[in-house]
Formats: sequence, C-alpha cells, structure tokens
Amino acid sequence: MDSIFRIVVCVKAVPEPKAAESIKIDPVTRALPRLDIPLEINPLDKNALEVALQLKETFPAHITVISMGPPPAGDVVKECLALGADEGILLSDPAFAGADAYATAYTLARGINKIGPIEVVLCGRASSDGATEWVGPELAVFLDMPVVTMAREFVETKGKSWQVKADIEHGYRLVQVELPAVFTVTQDVNTPRTLSFSGIIKARKREITTWGIDDLDLPAESAGLKGSPTIVSKLTYIESKREYQIIEGTLDEKVEFLIDKFAEAGVIT
Amino acid sequence: MSDQKDSVWVIAEQIRGEIPVICIEIIGQARKLADELEVPVEVILLGKDISDQLNLFFFAGADVVHLGNAADFEIYQADIFTETIVSLAKERHPQIMLIGSTFMGRELAPLIAANLGTGLTAHCIDLVLDDNGILEQQVPAYGGILSIICPEKRPQIATVARGVFPMPALDENRSGIILPIEPLEGKDIRVKTLEILHEEPKGVPLETAPIVVAGGAGAGSIEGWLEIQALAEILNAALGSTRPAVDEGWTELETMIGQSGRMVSPEIYIGVGISGELQHMVGIVGAKVMIAINNDPKSPVFEQVDYGIVEDCRVFLPALVDKLKNIKEFGGRAAHVV
Ligand SMILES: Cc1cc2nc3c(=O)[nH]c(=O)nc-3n(C[C@H](O)[C@H](O)[C@H](O)COP(=O)(O)OP(=O)(O)OC[C@H]3O[C@@H](n4cnc5c(N)ncnc54)[C@H](O)[C@@H]3O)c2cc1C
Ligand SMILES: Nc1ncnc2c1ncn2[C@@H]1O[C@H](COP(=O)(O)O)[C@@H](O)[C@H]1O
Repeated sequence: MDSIFRIVVCVKAVPEPKAAESIKIDPVTRALPRLDIPLEINPLDKNALEVALQLKETFPAHITVISMGPPPAGDVVKECLALGADEGILLSDPAFAGADAYATAYTLARGINKIGPIEVVLCGRASSDGATEWVGPELAVFLDMPVVTMAREFVETKGKSWQVKADIEHGYRLVQVELPAVFTVTQDVNTPRTLSFSGIIKARKREITTWGIDDLDLPAESAGLKGSPTIVSKLTYIESKREYQIIEGTLDEKVEFLIDKFAEAGVIT
Repeated sequence: MSDQKDSVWVIAEQIRGEIPVICIEIIGQARKLADELEVPVEVILLGKDISDQLNLFFFAGADVVHLGNAADFEIYQADIFTETIVSLAKERHPQIMLIGSTFMGRELAPLIAANLGTGLTAHCIDLVLDDNGILEQQVPAYGGILSIICPEKRPQIATVARGVFPMPALDENRSGIILPIEPLEGKDIRVKTLEILHEEPKGVPLETAPIVVAGGAGAGSIEGWLEIQALAEILNAALGSTRPAVDEGWTELETMIGQSGRMVSPEIYIGVGISGELQHMVGIVGAKVMIAINNDPKSPVFEQVDYGIVEDCRVFLPALVDKLKNIKEFGGRAAHVV
C-alpha cells in the first residue's frame, strides 16, 4: 500500500447550468428564492479526473476523489468512481456550510491530510459557480505543497520532479515542480471520458466514505461560515435598462439597418 | 511617510519587460481609496532592469515603491514571489492589497492570502469603502451585485481585471520614495519556471478595440460560431465570447468577456446569441452603441442594449456578412446603395 503512487482529485458538485440561471433575485421581494438545484460535476474537474485516470494508465496509482458539499454531492463522487477512481470521500457537515474559498481549502486540506501521504493533488482551474480559482492554490498553502495553476499539458511525469506547461498571457510557461504538488488544470489538458446514462444510474450504488467535522479534527471556528474571512455584506438588485428599440421589418431591412448604424459610426464607408 | 501601517498596496508586475496597463489602473483606484482613508499607496514590484519605468507609478498615485530588482525576480517564481511579498506584508501591515487579474496575479493572490490567513475576493467590478472604512468588494451574482467584505482579517485582498477602473490622470509632478527589496537567501524552490514561451496574440485585442463582436451559446455549433467569427473579421472587430462558448471549445478562454474574463469598452458592441447574464454584461463597460442579435424576442439581453434584432443568427449573420463583403468589394457603401 505504501509504495503506491497516490493521487487526490478535488471535485466540486455545482448547480446544473440551466438550473443555476434560475437562481435570481426576485425584483419584487429582492430576496433569493430557495430552490432544490440539481447538481453535477464541475466541468473542469472532469479534466482533472481525466489527468489522474490517464496517469494511472501509465503507472500504478491509486485515485481518491474528494469533495466538500451537501449530501447530494455524494452522487457526483459516485460518478467519479464509476469513471475509474478508486475511492471516494465526501466531506459533509452542516458546520461546513457557507464556506468561502479559504474555509473550503482549509477543510479540504484536513480531509486530504487524513488520507495519508500523497504525491499529487489535482483540481480544476475554476468552479463554474464560485469561479474564484483560489481553492487549488490555497489548498497548496495549507498542505505545504507547491502549486502550478492552469496546467495545460503534463510533459514529464516520471519520478518526483515533474514538468508541466501552464497558461500565461499569450503563451505558456514550462514549469518544473517537485512532488508532492498541487495542480489546477485547464480545459485544454485533455478530453474527459463520460458516463452513459445507465452508467450514471449504476454509479449511484457505489460506496463512498463521508467525513464530518469530528472526523477531521477541525475546530468549528475554522470551518464553514465561521472559518471564512470573507462574508457577503449585502446583495443589491440592479436594473441596467437602456432605451432599447427592437428593429422591425424583413431580414433584409434589418441587415440594412445595421449597415446604416455601422456607417454612422464610421465603421464602414 | 513615517507610519506605513494600514497603507493601501498594489502588487505590480512586469510582463515581457513592460508594466501592464492594469497595474496603473489599480494604482489609480488605490489612490482614491487611500485618500479617503488618509494613508499612503505603496506599490510592490519584483522584476529586473525596470527602474526606468517607475515614474509612472508615482505619476499614477504611488507614494512608495518597494522594488526588488534582481536576477531572482526576472520572471515570476511562485515560491520566491510569495515569500518575499508575504514577509514584507507581515512587517508593514497593509490594510488593503489590490492585485491585477493577470495570470501571475491569479496564482499569487491566493498564495499570499492563504499565507497571511486572510480573505480575498476574485474579479471585483468595483471597490468602495463603507461607512466604517471597510472595503466593499463588489461582484455580480444572481442577477444583482454582491458586496463582499473581509471584516476582521487584514489585509483585505482583491483581484481586478484590466478595464474595470479607468486609466488615472498622470500627474508628472508627483514623486515618491523607492525602497529596495533584497532577494531572499537560501530559499528552497519547489516549483520553478524554466522558460516562458510567447505566442503571437491572435486577432484584434479586446480591451482597446473600437468594435467588439461577441458570440454566445446561441451560435449552436462550431459552424454557427464561424459565422460570428466571420462577422468580426469583416468588421475588423475584436472577437469576444461568453462562458458557454468557451466551454463548448469554439473559442479560447482569452476571448471571454465578463466578470471572470475581460473587460471591453468599445464604440460598438454586437452580441450574438447571448442572453444578457450579468456576469457577461458587466464586462462591457461604457460601450457607446450596443446591439443584440437573438432569436428569442423575450430575451433579457434586449433591454440592456440599444438595438435588438430578433433573428436566428445562423440565417441573419450570413446575410449580414454577405452584404458587408459586397460593400467592401465595391469600394464603399455609396456606390452600392442606389
Ligand atoms: C461566478 C461566475 C462567473 C462567471 N463569469 C462569466 C464571464 O466572465 N463571462 C461570461 O460570459 N459568463 C460568465 N459566467 C456565466 C454566466 O452566468 C452565463 O451563464 C453566460 O454568460 C451565459 O452565456 P450565453 O448568453 O452565451 O448563454 P445562454 O444564457 O445559454 O444564452 C444563449 C442565448 O442565445 C439565444 N439563441 C439560441 N439560439 C439562437 C439562434 N439560433 N440565434 C440567435 N440567438 C439564439 C437564446 O435565446 C439565449 O438568449 C459566470 C458565471 C458565474 C457563476
Ligand atoms: N467544495 C469543493 N470540494 C472539492 N473541490 C473543490 C471544492 N471547491 C473547489 N474545489 C476545487 O477547486 C477548483 C477551483 O474552484 P474555485 O476556487 O471555486 O474556482 C475546483 O475546480 C475544484 O477542483
């Protein structure tokens, strides 16, 4: 067990995009509606898992998927098992609710430490609902590991010193990093495999481990809302209405209208 | 400048030997906040051979520049940069730290924040002080604006994209103090950038483009996307996108406009197959003329623009592009329309 190469993939259960858009402030009550939003795996975390699965095809490795979220996030962890991960852990406890990126990373770090010595932690570049891009690097600080964000290609993965290409402004950097290390990956890193619908249904039967706050030796003031340095102070409804005009007429007339506008603005002569 | 505690910091950077515009923009905003708080603005810059560009920082509003000018700082190295900035921050206790949403900033900000045990807010679209002098870090969410605060921990750290704040007026009479930062000794480097490869930027740059054509999920397919791209090309416009278009793989993340992408302020913005979600719309700052093309007459995008065209973009765009091609070929519109 000890000698096997251990990879942890951090996976977040996020609201399905269509459902996410329905969470809007009510213009009348100015409150947020409470909805039961169906969850799915954060798209970029599929890329992170795929990196792990492909590494496992080249050398013996053990893949643990870890997610912090409400109990329904367990289904997302189970799907990762059906895709090929070896072990699934859900960090779930009412005390974890309301965590910002800092508290999320802190709790995940405790969970990962409990797994034991590991070589590689993989995250997505960003989550679709939080989209801070912070959790990977903050996790690295709490695990005392180096981090490479926005990895687009794993160039050298033999031994303990890896090389990856990571995105920068108009180009990339080639980075050498000593394991154990944290990586966040972009969409360009690979094309993730998917589960068939029946695969998703079968996945529901897989077993996962759930850890709450007591399992993590985490003081209550370090988790969830209490452990979050940032809080929401207010939510303001804004109306950004313009005096708009819908252009009527045939398709050709509409084309003409735009050409006129372009000419007025001097875009075309 | 005796009491440096509680100052407003800006983490600047050097990209390919140049100071990016974003650094100057956020120094301008830092100056405003610092004036309200009656504290100095301090800029941190780690690089190499940069001394000749420092005046710009002072002209934009900096009082102090902490300058690390050494071979060790030539390119961004996560371990070295983090530790250098963290130890300086522990010594001087800034109350606010602003960082540009560049690739370096997006990695460095969380590394600094976690090391200092404080919070940070990503991709802010405005930064103001509340009645208690606490920084309200505004981000769009749920069709409204969330104000996020970091009430207790310091510094309050925020990242900001280029174009959120205007370029400040440069005051060439301003000057300030330069304090040297010495490279750390014997720091073990776990992660090292070996080389940086720059690819030539494609197309028209978004931030300065007079015309922006942005495409969204409504493109429907890569074929539909290519029509949007064709419109951008013929208008010599910069090509922008929404997140679903990036997720679909039709275009690169670098073209994404909005809260977590880029900010544009063109003369003309043309949104095609875009629903007008706030996270995208906040990226269009002060466009003069806004046009939306969407096949759903009820789309919320329409009330956020000046002119709405209710059409299927896959039919409308080819017609529009054809017409524009014609005009180009026949040397201008006057000759054509009779
Ligand atoms: C934290 C966070 C940060 C985000 N940051 C960003 C960001 O920076 N940038 C960004 O863009 N998004 C961002 N998003 C996502 C954002 O909330 C929206 O999901 C996204 O902007 C919607 O893109 P869209 O308008 O292309 O897609 P949709 O909302 O799906 O709209 C597609 C539109 O196309 C129209 N359409 C369909 N078919 C056709 C056709 N044939 N012809 C014409 N029109 C058609 C439809 O009527 C619809 O209005 C963020 C989300 C979160 C949670
Ligand atoms: N609650 C969570 N559980 C597990 N992983 C997470 C969680 N939140 C964020 N992550 C990881 O951190 C990445 C970046 O998320 P974010 O910082 O929210 O943009 C995601 O792609 C995940 O890999």
